[in-house]
Amino acid sequence: MKDIAKYSESSFSKLLYDRFFKNKEGVIAFAILAVILLIVLPMGLSTFRLNMTGKYLCYAFVALGLVMCWGHAGILSLGQGMFFGAGGYCMAMFLKLEASDPESTAIQSTPGIPDFMDWNQVTELPWFWYPFKSLPLTVALILLLPAVLAFFMSIFYFKGRVTGVVFAILTQSMVACMWYFIVGNQGYFGGINGITDLKTILGWDIRDESALRTLYFVCVFLLLGCILLSRYVLSTRLGRVLVAQRDKETRVRFSGYNITSFKVFIFCLAAVISSIGGAMFSLQVGFMSPNLVGIQPSIDMVIFTAVGGRESLLGAVYGALLVNTAKTAFSEAYPTLWMFLYGATFIAIVLFLPKGLAGLYHDHVKVWFNKIRSKPKSSAAESEPDSVPTIVELDKEVPDAK
Amino acid sequence: MPSDTDFLLAIEDLTVSFDGFKAVDALTLYIDAGELRVIIGPNGAGKTTVLDLVSGKTKSTSGSIRYNNVEMTGLREHEIVRAGIGRKFQTPSIYEKLTVFENLEISYPWGRTVFGSLGFKRSPKVVERIFEVAEEIFLADMLDESAELLSHGQKQWLEIGMLLVQDPELVMLDEPVAGMTAKERDATAVLLRKIAKERSIIIIEHDMDFVEKIADRVTVLHLGKIIKEGTMEEVQNDPHVKEVYLGH
Repeated sequence: MKDIAKYSESSFSKLLYDRFFKNKEGVIAFAILAVILLIVLPMGLSTFRLNMTGKYLCYAFVALGLVMCWGHAGILSLGQGMFFGAGGYCMAMFLKLEASDPESTAIQSTPGIPDFMDWNQVTELPWFWYPFKSLPLTVALILLLPAVLAFFMSIFYFKGRVTGVVFAILTQSMVACMWYFIVGNQGYFGGINGITDLKTILGWDIRDESALRTLYFVCVFLLLGCILLSRYVLSTRLGRVLVAQRDKETRVRFSGYNITSFKVFIFCLAAVISSIGGAMFSLQVGFMSPNLVGIQPSIDMVIFTAVGGRESLLGAVYGALLVNTAKTAFSEAYPTLWMFLYGATFIAIVLFLPKGLAGLYHDHVKVWFNKIRSKPKSSAAESEPDSVPTIVELDKEVPDAK
Repeated sequence: MPSDTDFLLAIEDLTVSFDGFKAVDALTLYIDAGELRVIIGPNGAGKTTVLDLVSGKTKSTSGSIRYNNVEMTGLREHEIVRAGIGRKFQTPSIYEKLTVFENLEISYPWGRTVFGSLGFKRSPKVVERIFEVAEEIFLADMLDESAELLSHGQKQWLEIGMLLVQDPELVMLDEPVAGMTAKERDATAVLLRKIAKERSIIIIEHDMDFVEKIADRVTVLHLGKIIKEGTMEEVQNDPHVKEVYLGH
């Protein structure tokens, strides 16, 4: 009999290692990213640039979620901005309340409420702002609210087997609804200007240089944590079921799975991770507005994922960093031309790198690297993959195959 | 309300109409526990539709499908599977991007809920069962192969293997030997006879030589209705069957 131990998942520590990294390559790739984010960038960049990088990394959270639900489960969502916004607004509302203490808002007709409420003749703090007086409640809402939203948004569609483009358009329309909702309720959410003038968190000024640096590290640690969490989820049987249903949905149903709950689960998980990114965004940037979470940013987030490679979690991080850096670099260097350059980059990527940066690595860099490494050895090692096509040849013997 | 029976599967007065066209028309069919039944019939006779109805892929217009005396109409696909009915599709339906091992593993009947599958662990017991099945379906040496590299016949076997891992009491196979070489066909016949010892099987098939090799009883379907039921010999000598199907 074959080696049972090779396939079975045995000890706990080995199991965790397998889940998080799969193999040595996974460890190295993760370590490289961690070194870049934790050592190289903080040492090489000014606080201003580092803060911008931190901002880009917030989008990487969303891209991670998209890798799971779009890349692996085949659910394209053009509405991830909604969940990013949910986290962002929760955090911004907490910070705004803290910035609106009665002393600093003494000149308002109703002191102690956010300034935009006062401008809009709101005289009392609305009931749904009360939870944001407490940080633990805010954090709980950052994690819960997107999950609840995603659950109710998706369960009816997935139950009714709405998939593909139709689902993508529905999510897009929902993010549009959210945009109008925020803009329309200026007195409650700050309208088109958003929630601005965020100053401190529990008395700690988030605007000075050391705070920006600290927040960057918090953001990186959370991101690395989310990567490990996502890897864990994708490496379980659930991850394989998701890939299976992406390719052959009916077959999975006939293996006894209720696909609806799997799709809802991964959609909710992606939403929660996006929301964490949104909360970090509010903290690092110091404001939140509907235009940061509307239709266009939602599509941008899909682009980051596509550039990184939609099946690769680490690719998503690089994608978010690269596209945003390019956007900034182009717009600083060629203020009038940058949109064209930005567009040209996407065309180039769609044409030459359909699998994104991860595809570039897997199909070219890795192949080239393996070639160099195997050169000193005999050529016998190279002929090994040739044994595979003989199986395919069997196909030719069955002319009546369907 | 249909009364309880001793049959494993009791289909009574089953009708489905698509815009007035009755693909299956007041069909009554009983399958015994441990029986290997073959359904034959010309194209468009409603054979695949019957399987679709039993497995919940298509909703019936009227009639009842009772499995172990439990009504199956109205249940969703995964609930029917969990009740113990497995199904193989006409064209091999496997997960191309996963390996043979992973294909079989997904069918393992444990941890099929979201949190069950998050906590699912490949215990030696699971692996052993998968080895066992892989041996039976002649794919023991290909566990690490990506399923898309298999030949057409091997894909058919893999899907049968996925059913075996699932361990259903009733197995429904839609043209399991379509596109197989003569050698593969014989191996499949042996495999199916072996499987049939422990469970009931319904097979839809066109290949009469193959049907002769495996069938206990044969049901002939024509225009959504049963026109003959009996042993292979009885069916072959029936004048009506010859006229609509075998005569060509």
